[in-house]
Amino acid sequence: MSVQKLVNEKGLRIDGRRLDEIRPIKMEVGLLANADGSAYVEQGRNKVLVAVYGPREAHPKYVGLHDRAVIRCRYHMAPFSTEERKSPAPSRREVEISKVVREALEPAIFSEQYPRSMIDIFIEVLQSDGGSRCVSITAASLALADAGIPLRDLVAACAVGKIDGNLAVDLSDIEDKLGDADMPVAIIPALNRISLLQMDGLFTEEEFVKALDLARNACMKIYEIQKQTLRQKYLQEKEEDNEKG
Amino acid sequence: MKMLEKRRLATPGDLLVEGDYIAGKNTYKEDGKIYSQRLGLVEFDGKKVSVVPLKGPYIPKVGDVVIGLVSDVSLNGWTVDINAPYKAVLSVMDVTGKSFSPKFETLTKILDIGEVVVGKIVAFDRTRDPTLSIRGPGLGKIEDGVIVNLTPTKVPRLIGKKGSMINMLKNETGCEIIVGQNGKILVKGRDPKKVNQVIKAIKIIEGEAHTTGLTDRIKVFLESEKKGEAD
Repeated sequence: MSVQKLVNEKGLRIDGRRLDEIRPIKMEVGLLANADGSAYVEQGRNKVLVAVYGPREAHPKYVGLHDRAVIRCRYHMAPFSTEERKSPAPSRREVEISKVVREALEPAIFSEQYPRSMIDIFIEVLQSDGGSRCVSITAASLALADAGIPLRDLVAACAVGKIDGNLAVDLSDIEDKLGDADMPVAIIPALNRISLLQMDGLFTEEEFVKALDLARNACMKIYEIQKQTLRQKYLQEKEEDNEKG
Repeated sequence: MKMLEKRRLATPGDLLVEGDYIAGKNTYKEDGKIYSQRLGLVEFDGKKVSVVPLKGPYIPKVGDVVIGLVSDVSLNGWTVDINAPYKAVLSVMDVTGKSFSPKFETLTKILDIGEVVVGKIVAFDRTRDPTLSIRGPGLGKIEDGVIVNLTPTKVPRLIGKKGSMINMLKNETGCEIIVGQNGKILVKGRDPKKVNQVIKAIKIIEGEAHTTGLTDRIKVFLESEKKGEAD
């Protein structure tokens, strides 16, 4: 049990959230002119910027696959994203997250439509506060959709954890560090599939089942905001046109 | 049975329709339900449901006219960047129409890196890079004009129904416009003002491709520009 209380008598967390409440989210797409697709997501104090390039010519040519596009993913934390300066060189953790994020997105992409080509996903964490791999997946799938790459569905991700013995959704950094367990989950709603499931800490079997259910609900909330954001971008333009006309 | 209204904006993974329908372009079928693959506008054609994408890469198709940039010279031809995930190849035989002998000719004298060509895609499939040909009416090296970029998925809007938009642009401005299916558009005209008007019109199409009544709005725009000139 931690020294600091993570959940008070009223059942509220340090930042005043309820246990099943996700942090406030802000999303934006298409903000980088140079990239084919881009997205920016803020979730609580997390700030993640994603750029997608492609499908473009595989380079060097031998990395291309004859039956589908190669997907490359780079998760990177800016040196100023954490309290202590983070070395800009890719750490073991970043290499691992690059891989799990790529594998969370791959089943959603129709990569077989673009053989011998390459899709690049660059994820830059500008500010981190726990659960940045989930925010990265959410943002990357938005950027892929913005690039016009065919997808089976958007991918939404959110973590669940255990703090002071209670199951809680979307842990912040301090809750992750002082809590008992953390489990990031990514889902592809149209396929009803889970494409990322990691866990550190301990859950009982019942807790796990409950936690997965909580995560699913949280992901669906995020998923709705993702769709809204994509639609908004074009509807806004439409409204502006109407005002002009 | 669920059905969505026409011309609706769909996001990837949106359930478009359930039941006895055929999945058209940019959609896929899973458990009898049809979902969208891309961000675009939904279209129904009888039993067929498809999505017209708003953004996306250019994928070569045999017969397409494209505008490309010569990016490399090889032993028997050129590599042409056609704004696609695949580089196009152009053989010297196609350009000169006779066999090529390096003893008497230099490839770079015929076409050099950085030069721009209008070509037609004569062969392409999943296993091979697209082959380009520049022999034919309207094809060949570009000597002058301005090249404007447009998102490749918006090219059909620039052309319009049976060429309504592009013909209107040509008639109103008197400029020569060659549309590459890869989103590169060549504008040629004597009067730079007219060329500028075409470029502006293309930029409007780029921004408002997903809206209706675009041809009329472009017409209004061109007329107002004309008035501005007269004043």
